[in-house]
Amino acid sequence: MNDWLSPDEWQAVALSLRVSAVAVLASLPFALLVAHALARWRFPGRGLLNVLVHLPLVLPPVVTGYLLLLTFGRRGLVGQFLDQQLGMVFAFRWTGAALAAAIMGFPLMVRAIRLAIEAVDPRLEQAASTLGAHRIWVFATITLPLILPGILAGTVLGFAKAFGEFGATITFVSNIPGQTQTLPLAIYTFLQVPGGEASALRLVLVAVAIATGALLLSEWLARAVARRIGGR
Amino acid sequence: MLSVAIRHHFPTFTLDAAFEAPPGVTALFGRSGSGKTSIVNAVAGLMRPDAGRIEMDGRLLSDSGTGHFLPPHRRGMGYVFQEARLFPHLTVRQNLLYGGWFSGRRDRAGFSRIVEMLGIGHLLTRRPVALSGGERQRVALGRAILSDPRLLLMDEPLAALDEARKAEILPYLERLRDETGLPILYVSHAPAEIARLATNIVLVEGGRVIGAGPAARILSDPAIAPVLGLRETGAIITARIEAHEADGLTRLGTATGTIFLPHVEAPPRSVMRLRILAQDVMIALDRPERISALNVLPAVVRDLTETDIGMLVRLDAGGEAMLARITRRSASALALEPGKPVHAVLKAVSLAPGSIGGAESGGSTLP
Repeated sequence: MNDWLSPDEWQAVALSLRVSAVAVLASLPFALLVAHALARWRFPGRGLLNVLVHLPLVLPPVVTGYLLLLTFGRRGLVGQFLDQQLGMVFAFRWTGAALAAAIMGFPLMVRAIRLAIEAVDPRLEQAASTLGAHRIWVFATITLPLILPGILAGTVLGFAKAFGEFGATITFVSNIPGQTQTLPLAIYTFLQVPGGEASALRLVLVAVAIATGALLLSEWLARAVARRIGGR
Repeated sequence: MLSVAIRHHFPTFTLDAAFEAPPGVTALFGRSGSGKTSIVNAVAGLMRPDAGRIEMDGRLLSDSGTGHFLPPHRRGMGYVFQEARLFPHLTVRQNLLYGGWFSGRRDRAGFSRIVEMLGIGHLLTRRPVALSGGERQRVALGRAILSDPRLLLMDEPLAALDEARKAEILPYLERLRDETGLPILYVSHAPAEIARLATNIVLVEGGRVIGAGPAARILSDPAIAPVLGLRETGAIITARIEAHEADGLTRLGTATGTIFLPHVEAPPRSVMRLRILAQDVMIALDRPERISALNVLPAVVRDLTETDIGMLVRLDAGGEAMLARITRRSASALALEPGKPVHAVLKAVSLAPGSIGGAESGGSTLP
């Protein structure tokens, strides 16, 4: 593998994997909460939350990236606060790439998890509560196991989306090798220099392999949802 | 003792129900949509009534006055739903043990006793999808019992089953009533089920309680006949098997005389409930001789009631009430009036085994 990919190329692949994994794992709890809220709770601002969550799916990624820069940049409202209070910097760091990837993958994760939650019969949860289970236990022992395949499918989709993220990343955190130059950015960069086609092509193959694998995995998990909720 | 007094406004009707359920099987009986399920949901804590109080054995479950509302998981109500609602991702054994995970009680002896009583031992490793409707309902019943409830709520647990499956489950319900002594609130709109199981009946119509009391008294009350309909109106009386006779008949003793039935599958001295439909009872002034009906019981007319479905005569048969439906013309031809001694002629067919209940309630409890 190391012989096949040059150190620069390998660096881009490794960075992309790290950025996507962190993005997905860090946003999973929020995705679960938002999906549950959208599927089960009725509250003022529910429609607004729904729009907000799905916005990155329809906005041009450059716009999302620029909004992130305005908000989380060193001069941005949130960015300034995080920098001064917690010493956390997103701008032009790999963490910023992860944030951009998380925002872009979030709607896909929420959608998959929400569909799984909506497929769970609330009457099963009622039955569990009459058997003595507190709401938290009902969620842990009934809802969660039943939606687990949906969570996994959402995670895979979110990971694939994060892995391919380009526009928001390059706008928000630029294109710094080893820091923010993820795989798509590296492909773009190789294509800009003479003789870079071979490197670009190798990275394209890696991207195709990872994306295909993710899609297959997600399809398989989606079928597992149906099986589990149908009761095997 | 469960005591309920609640009021709740639904878009289509208003529930305004008050009743008490003493130990035993209390049947909430009424037409579909009369509010029975809402009452049970309020008792379970799955529905919060607009106003009212619910108390179980002196423990306050909900009180709109003080805003007190115990959440369902702290009420200790075993709920058997119309659809079994088994957890699809758990095996039968895990479903049965689910309640125990939270009560912290691990009663191995209790587990095997209930599994044996319900006949579900061979299903323990299966998943709910691999069970028949009747098996599912038995597992649901076991799951509710094993959560160690103070009260068992059953919302038409047989309604989703066909006749054969019903017949399969009813004996288990009778055993439950007779062997565990667990108080039960049982929702149904099937008079045959109620006659077989209930010790007390609460009649619900249009969201209101229109009558409540011991099953034998309520079922023989002419005033409720229109609720049941002609085909289902009938009293229940208690009988005890005396002997199985050589010609295949079983002799039973009642408070007022002997009854013969086609062979009853139960040992002598068993106590049974017999359901006698009003349309299957004829009235004779003299003891009829040379008649094909085997069962003729002396009785005294208690009262006569004019109803939509004809003249209902309530008879006192050795202290037990019996209903007979006759025409107005017969009533005047026989000059029936309260206090008049008569003979009730029961057509043998009316005592088919299907209408025979198990032992009287309040029976023995298992060690």
